[in-house]
Amino acid sequence: MASYRIGIDVGGTHTDAVLLDENYKVLAEKKSTTTEDVSSGIYQAMKQVVLASGVPVEEIHHAMLGTTHCTNAIVERKRLNKVAAIRIGAPAAMAIKPLVGVPDDLRNILGKHLYIVRGGNEFDGREIVPLDEERIREIAEELEGQVDSVAITSVFSPVSNEHETRAAAIVNEVLGDDVALSLSSEIGNVGLLERENATILNAAIVDVARSTAEGFTKALEQEGIHADVFFGQNDGTLMSVEYTVKYPILTIACGPTNSLRGAAYLTEHPDALVVDVGGTTTDVGVLVASFPRQSSLAVEIGGVRTNFRMPDISSIGLGGGTVVTLHEDGSFQIGPESVGYRLAEKGLVFGGDTLTATDVAVALGIAQLGDPALVSHLDEAVLKNVYTKMVEMVEETIDRMKTSADEVPVILVGGGSILFPAELKGASQVIKPVNSGVANAIGSAISQVSGQIEKIFKTDELGREKKLELAKQLAFDEAITAGADPDDLVIVDLEEVPLSYLPGNASKIRVKAAGGLLSDRKIAETNIL
Amino acid sequence: MRLLGKEEIENIAIGAALLGTGGGGDPYIGKLMALQAIEEHGPIQLLDPEEVPDDALIVPSAMMGAPTVMIEKIPNGEEAIEAFKSLEEYLGKDIYATMPIEAGGVNSLLPLALAANLGLPVVDADGMGRAFPELQMVTFYLDGVSATPMVLSDEKKNSLLLNTIDSVWAERIARTATIEMGGSVMLAIYPMDGATVKKSAIKNILTLEEKIGSEIRAAMKNNENPIDGVLALTNGRVLFQGKITDIDRKTQDGFAKGTASIEGLNDCRSESCTLFFQNEHLLAEVDGRAVCMTPDLISVIDSDTGMPITTEGLRYGSRCTVIGMPCDAKWRTPKGIEVTGPRYFGYDIDFQPLEELQLTKEEI
Repeated sequence: MASYRIGIDVGGTHTDAVLLDENYKVLAEKKSTTTEDVSSGIYQAMKQVVLASGVPVEEIHHAMLGTTHCTNAIVERKRLNKVAAIRIGAPAAMAIKPLVGVPDDLRNILGKHLYIVRGGNEFDGREIVPLDEERIREIAEELEGQVDSVAITSVFSPVSNEHETRAAAIVNEVLGDDVALSLSSEIGNVGLLERENATILNAAIVDVARSTAEGFTKALEQEGIHADVFFGQNDGTLMSVEYTVKYPILTIACGPTNSLRGAAYLTEHPDALVVDVGGTTTDVGVLVASFPRQSSLAVEIGGVRTNFRMPDISSIGLGGGTVVTLHEDGSFQIGPESVGYRLAEKGLVFGGDTLTATDVAVALGIAQLGDPALVSHLDEAVLKNVYTKMVEMVEETIDRMKTSADEVPVILVGGGSILFPAELKGASQVIKPVNSGVANAIGSAISQVSGQIEKIFKTDELGREKKLELAKQLAFDEAITAGADPDDLVIVDLEEVPLSYLPGNASKIRVKAAGGLLSDRKIAETNIL
Repeated sequence: MRLLGKEEIENIAIGAALLGTGGGGDPYIGKLMALQAIEEHGPIQLLDPEEVPDDALIVPSAMMGAPTVMIEKIPNGEEAIEAFKSLEEYLGKDIYATMPIEAGGVNSLLPLALAANLGLPVVDADGMGRAFPELQMVTFYLDGVSATPMVLSDEKKNSLLLNTIDSVWAERIARTATIEMGGSVMLAIYPMDGATVKKSAIKNILTLEEKIGSEIRAAMKNNENPIDGVLALTNGRVLFQGKITDIDRKTQDGFAKGTASIEGLNDCRSESCTLFFQNEHLLAEVDGRAVCMTPDLISVIDSDTGMPITTEGLRYGSRCTVIGMPCDAKWRTPKGIEVTGPRYFGYDIDFQPLEELQLTKEEI
């Protein structure tokens, strides 16, 4: 039996869906408008792409969703859970209270039940003091009927999560399974305030995530599709539904990542620059070993400092719908205004009244779209100047993102990619893959499963090589637990940062491993037999 | 005397990170602690060194250990107070004011939080005018001031009073104790009288940090480049512009040692720059030729945001501007260079001032 998968990616303007076969060949693609409730747009795109593909619904085994539900809930401060936050670390960690630095409106919603309890660990795993279990029990009793979600953050839990898991067990004993528990060690990195913020945000969106996941699964079932459902994470890998409803914060900002990953897959170029030309902006990102290069800045979500990293993206205000203004003296202005998704009604070649970047490309015969006769009256010499400038803008951005003077492959994706020529300065080659308009949905569909660890290791005890080996093995284990095929694992990221000003050669190591879904391979084997 | 409020703290945090020359830690925690202390106790009195009575007892306050530990194990807030109380008790004298020991994200701001909590004034001076990694690397040491008696305190209420034969021993013993105490402790150190502060400290450093921070914040707000303003305040110059293409780090004896390679952009196209760092940036070379070295200051500024980048924050692909700034004249003495010059850090090169290195470049 064949095995198909659906990939869906929700963007600001469009919700894109693709249907792939087991060799990741695109059988159908659909673009529809993102709806206000997000969900109905997803269901619409999903139904249409299934219909267009004509494949038997019972052979669709996987469905991957990259969505903005959770981000929207935080940004709009809507549908958030009633949360409590417990920080374990006293007598340390008293100088700055939880949620300090978070915008007041969000602090008013999330900051009603904040506690700091004795416990936590040192950087080398020793206890600061034993966990005050009695106090945890007292707090849990106080919270009875008050909250539906609790965030627990213990000092140095990325090194030892014992106090967090013990506290969670006590809270669960008192409050039962109906109260969701978010543990900071599952969410991240060293950096207490940022990790705690992310954990509290996570606690606040568990219901949004649950209803999104249930809604999507139900919508699939209504179409007769009984697929394993996965959600995209911001790092370009997948999470199961069970994990998503526990740790939905990890779905934040998966969009740009999906687009870059899709481009890598479509072209088989693991190391390249990706230029994603949309209606309003052009976003340039960098692929390193098929994954986006990450920005050095931590992401703020809804004004809250977190420890998540985003792909390093450089954006310019130039897209297919960018408005071009010509002045009488031959000078001109490109953007930054854009007609955006209304290009098909506003652009000159579509019979509209606004000169756009798309019209310029059509008039010069670079893009074939709409009716070229509608732009034939424009002065070709001026348009050539405009076009040269447009290309220069993109070339400059490409140059800014490159890390060496060497030429690199450039992948053009997105609806506006038809605007640009087959040669760009700084590019060893320019690749425009087929299906490039829905690269993001493809990125969602082909996502791998990953495991990540971040821990502080002391070299003196282990030696550097052994320490790295151990870290890699832990990351592999995490990936396998998440559903990856043990025979198909690679290390996709390894970062070692020594702890400065301390002897003993301690360093913080972050390793991420990723691999294909286990079930995929098994199905592939069955097919070969 | 003038007062430091929240706005001044925001500015000092950024200026301190810049003068931290890549070290000294992220100012975020220290800033939040200082802001919270001001919210609870009101603004901080900043004293010009000349306003300090000659016989007043001045005690610098500093954090010792790894900034990476402190961003996770945030202090209790009482550590620095405990250290001060213990030292006062031992000396049998009240402390008149505190001051920072160095310019850096962590140690410029924590004394301000302490001052607000205790209602003590802060002297507008420090002992480095930049960040350095060891306790004896202060201008007080050059004048023979002892680091001890000093007190180390942790959040568990452990306190340690040290009396050592010199500051190098104080550094060795204190650093070992710091690890046992959990990797980050607060110090009350280099107790001295007002006359010594006037003679040996680097003056008006908090005011300089404030001006630098204000310049950078104003430029960011108006989408302008802050670098010219920063250079004017510090007598600095641009050493290089480019993007980071490689970072090689290793830990040796508790130091995050490494190099960063930067490929040139704009005026520096086709040149390359290498930064050598050990917690702080210590040596900058362009095409193999030294352009600035310790104790002169080398800072890296993010070209996109205008914000200073720490050595731990250096990332592949970041676009940055490297600037050099002359150090305080106290460091350019034979003893100053012996204690903090390139040879102390293991670089086989004699100290040459930034201005002379730039001259040779122009001659070429």
